[in-house]
Amino acid sequence: MSTGIGARVKRKEDKRFITGQGRYTDDVRVDNQAYAAFVRSPHAHAKVTSIDKSEAEAAEGVIAVLDGRQLTGDGIGNLICGWAVSSKDGSPMNMGPWSALATDRVRYVGDAVAVVIAETKQQARDAAELVAVEYEELPVVASSTAALEDGAVQVHDNAPGNIVFDWEIGDEAATDAALAGAAHVTEMRVVNNRLSPNPMEPRSAVAIYDSAEDHYTLYTTSQNPHVARLVLSAFYNVAPEHKLRVIAPDVGGGFGAKIYIYPEEITCLWASMKTGRSVKWTADRSEAFVTDAHGRDHVTHARMGFDANGKIVGFKVDTHANLGAYMSLFSSATPTYLYATLLSGQYDIQNIYGNVKGIYTNTVPVDAYRGAGRPEATFLVERTMETAAREMGMDPAELRRRNFIGSFPHQTPVIMTYDAGDFAGNLDMGQAAADVAGFPARKAEAASRGKLRGLGYSCYIEACGIAPSAAVGSLGAGVGLWESAEVRVNPVGTIEILTGSHSHGQGHETTFAQIVGERFGLPIENVSIVHGDTDKVQFGMGTYGSRSGAVGMSAIVKAMDKVEAKVKKIAAHVLEASEDDIVIEGGAVKVAGTDKQMLWHEVGLAAYTAHNLPAGMEPGLKETAFYDPVNFTFPAGCYIAEVEVDPETGVTKIIQFTAADDFGTVINPMIVEGQVHGGAAQGIGQAMLEGVVYDEDGQLLTGSYMDYCMPRADDVPFYRIEHNKTICPGNPLGMKGCGEAGAIGTPPAIINAITDAIGNNDLQMPATPLKVWTALQAAQKPMAAE
Amino acid sequence: MYQTKYHRPASIDDAVAALAAAEDGKFLSGGQTLLATMKQRLAAPTDLVDLRGIPGMSGITVDADGVTIGAATIHADVAASPEVAAAIPALAALASHIGDPAVRHMGTIGGSLANNDPAADYPAAVLGLNGTVITNQREIPAEEYFVGLFTTALEEGEIIKAVRFPRPKRAAYQKFAQPASRFALVGVLVAETDDGVRVAITGAGSDGVFRAGAFEAALNGDFSAGALDSASVDADDLMNDIHATPEYRAHLARVLAQRAVKAAG
Amino acid sequence: MTKVSMKVNGKAVSRDVPDNTLLVEFLREQLRLTGTHVGCDTSQCGACTVHVNGRAIKSCTQLAVSLEGAEVTTIEGIANDGELHPMQVAFNDHHGLQCGFCTPGMIMAGIDMVNRYQAQGKDLTEEAIRFELEGNLCRCTGYHNIVKAIDDAAGKMTGMARAAE
Repeated sequence: MSTGIGARVKRKEDKRFITGQGRYTDDVRVDNQAYAAFVRSPHAHAKVTSIDKSEAEAAEGVIAVLDGRQLTGDGIGNLICGWAVSSKDGSPMNMGPWSALATDRVRYVGDAVAVVIAETKQQARDAAELVAVEYEELPVVASSTAALEDGAVQVHDNAPGNIVFDWEIGDEAATDAALAGAAHVTEMRVVNNRLSPNPMEPRSAVAIYDSAEDHYTLYTTSQNPHVARLVLSAFYNVAPEHKLRVIAPDVGGGFGAKIYIYPEEITCLWASMKTGRSVKWTADRSEAFVTDAHGRDHVTHARMGFDANGKIVGFKVDTHANLGAYMSLFSSATPTYLYATLLSGQYDIQNIYGNVKGIYTNTVPVDAYRGAGRPEATFLVERTMETAAREMGMDPAELRRRNFIGSFPHQTPVIMTYDAGDFAGNLDMGQAAADVAGFPARKAEAASRGKLRGLGYSCYIEACGIAPSAAVGSLGAGVGLWESAEVRVNPVGTIEILTGSHSHGQGHETTFAQIVGERFGLPIENVSIVHGDTDKVQFGMGTYGSRSGAVGMSAIVKAMDKVEAKVKKIAAHVLEASEDDIVIEGGAVKVAGTDKQMLWHEVGLAAYTAHNLPAGMEPGLKETAFYDPVNFTFPAGCYIAEVEVDPETGVTKIIQFTAADDFGTVINPMIVEGQVHGGAAQGIGQAMLEGVVYDEDGQLLTGSYMDYCMPRADDVPFYRIEHNKTICPGNPLGMKGCGEAGAIGTPPAIINAITDAIGNNDLQMPATPLKVWTALQAAQKPMAAE
Repeated sequence: MYQTKYHRPASIDDAVAALAAAEDGKFLSGGQTLLATMKQRLAAPTDLVDLRGIPGMSGITVDADGVTIGAATIHADVAASPEVAAAIPALAALASHIGDPAVRHMGTIGGSLANNDPAADYPAAVLGLNGTVITNQREIPAEEYFVGLFTTALEEGEIIKAVRFPRPKRAAYQKFAQPASRFALVGVLVAETDDGVRVAITGAGSDGVFRAGAFEAALNGDFSAGALDSASVDADDLMNDIHATPEYRAHLARVLAQRAVKAAG
Repeated sequence: MTKVSMKVNGKAVSRDVPDNTLLVEFLREQLRLTGTHVGCDTSQCGACTVHVNGRAIKSCTQLAVSLEGAEVTTIEGIANDGELHPMQVAFNDHHGLQCGFCTPGMIMAGIDMVNRYQAQGKDLTEEAIRFELEGNLCRCTGYHNIVKAIDDAAGKMTGMARAAE
């Protein structure tokens, strides 16, 4: 059976997980292990007037009780946002200080003020309750709306009006003019509900300080251990990079929440030095709800104008993005460059203007969550398209077809240059798979059972890879967004791939081996993937933004190019042939058209024995590459949801869900489909189940699975998945990325379907039975009055 | 979880003595709520007195009068019992939707009733089927047992030994789950008994499980779904939270009662 | 501290533990069987699912000391002399896992539901599998391939039982 590109290869990494031998951070236990418990603010906004640690310090098993003044006193730096976004007046963003342990003021429920280090987890927690913190409560702004009100309390002194930035993109005057001349204007108010990412593995850290070497080791739940080390060293002053090893072992899901470097990891490292003990912390789920960065939380007003033929003439968008109490690592980029640059959707729109205000509130910091900005853009564009079609009495698919971009490259008015795509083809594929033609009959049949059927489309596009470095640098990014790879061919011919990408469910140990095995004609068992350890892999940017294929694998390809070149030189020398005549196939290195060959491992051995190498060639067979992409990639697709609503209860059942995705080249369809399944479930979660709710005092009402509704097996259907494949011209494998599409494309398809079913377009996410029933009541009232 | 002392008495008397000797003790049965609450540090009993080691506390007896279920009987056993399903199918069906499969393997009827969570299912069964709670001291009719939120007629040291359910003429339970917790957002048990129709509603009431008098009156006149078309429960007495308004709960109560009537056949 | 003895994965074990030790803490910290995971604190995610006396329970919501004499089976104990259980094989065959964190609980819940349905002679349909998974959360797979895996394993477990007869 083939294991090459396009083959459904079963995962190599599964065995350890299905036998209980995965090794996650909380599974790590080292000598001298102590445990941390954090003292957290119960108030959303308050001054810290005093901290009395004496009772806690005297408690059984307590090693130390440490606070923010000690932390800052030791020179530990404030947390930073790594992407500088300027306001439209040119001023820099107003970033308030964020100390890992708050010193004089707390700004959200869960803000840490002290940490207890004790011999056992129980002792640490017991003692944490004995730390007496006095607070002087301050007024609270728990939503972006409240934060913008006149006279609202300021979350940070240096952010007047709670505005972090007031950013714009596009041409306002031209867009206004286009809208003024439009035959039809569709107005929307769209709330993109706040979510909690909820990887099933809670965040965890094990920090180990070696006083003899003045060296730190951190095991942590990270999607990008090298970025963690860089930030911990360069900005938080924990230790210089050569004195800090960050290991992200098996990681139980990330979805963005494990990109960032949080106060707990910083504090554990520092506390391990302070106490001379290795310090372990693992979040409870309740703690995760108040510490893991939340996602989304936009309130948007938008106007889209059409000419008499249904052609879009302009799109104007005004978005308020709630950034929470502090600016998380990429929080500024998510509602700006990852959002408004995709307001063109799949459509040829000449005039677009977007204005985004980033707003401080007394809530958990908000940052990228699976999709990050692109779900918000897609939801807005696709809800608006569906609404416009209804208002204009057009078929929603036809309206989309009239506006699809058909030729590439296509420059949008909002920075992006789409390089390739087949949007009409995706729609055709989706409509055929979903049997849209048969929908009226199915709707009638459902009606005969008293059920309301609806069908909704979503034609999404996203920008993935999050690169090239120079481009993102010009937009304010504080890091480059390339990826590195090292290909080590051992003397016996087996291969280790060292990658800066990090697998936390994506199956890299299999897919990365597939491309290597195919390239050199080797069984994938002979290829192993090394990742997640800064002592092993030199550097890397990690896994997020659907970048591990398009960027991470491209780096591997570049390194393999170098290996191949050297292998050919060695073989040509040994076999006394021209380098140009050497071919690699079936595990052998051959002289084309002859029976002369070396087996792959013989070349490896030759490279390391160095008995007979070309003059001047260095021994060994190991190559490194850093790959910086030339453009973003643009996965796109068409999702179609078909739902049935029970009008008596407001319960919505998803009858059928179809995804027609264009990810470019697919390495392993089984794994790619799995990514879409999971993304779609998260999209269904956002659309129908999930929502972080704060009360006006800033207390979190959805702080556990008792109130935050995670999708369960009986909430979701089997997903029907089709692949269109237009090759991405920007990278050697032609890949676009598949990790986020499901989460991006799904929500508008679901809401478009439900609103189609109930005949009321005024429905915000999550469309719970309560909301659907309420919308149904509203829709039926005029009829009752007739 | 705070520190606690675990006891496993072998008799009711020993259990009562252990609790009496404790500073702030609690009886433990399946633990599916109590231990969860203790994990959240919302409860801190100094002592836990586990009732599951006491002989005779679990098991199901079915006779001509009805079904008697030992207090330490787990939900899964009630759900899977062919005898219960034959005698009172509504009861087996109700048990089969409490919590999830793993919870049903530990949670017990006695524990559920002693806790009296306003969104639990069993209180609807006991009140709707006119059950009797049998303790080490007395027999408590359903009407007197449920006092309010997490509050029952049980006295300190009083232990539920069993619950007796008379056979109804017909009965059915309909549950509308709170999407996140899957507890009852509204659960309605409708039973036609020798003494008339009883309708018990859980999940919705501000004071916990209650009987819906208006529904009962309507159904006593005409045991049909249509009889409830113009009947209602008062939304003012119902809970309000992020998952449901009182009006929605009141609406669901009627819809579920109608469905229960149909399901009861 | 109370001494508790039980049989875990066929082996007799005995430890002195604080009374408030949860079974999952006993397994992970005392016995270092770290395949059983903790994903929530409200008994809902099911990552901690193990079998006690042949039935699936949540090891995060049971005190170790209350299980004196019990037989406990964890994810580490279901393979037979190195031969994977059909449920383990099916999760690999159907890509029923991604990050792997929920997987031990899913597999233990899957085996339990198949055993119960087969013992009761009930058909484990797709709908039934989804219903039975109420207490097990997965954030990666969207459940599609988990449902397929359990369905497939159910067929093979029937075969196993028959072959053993």
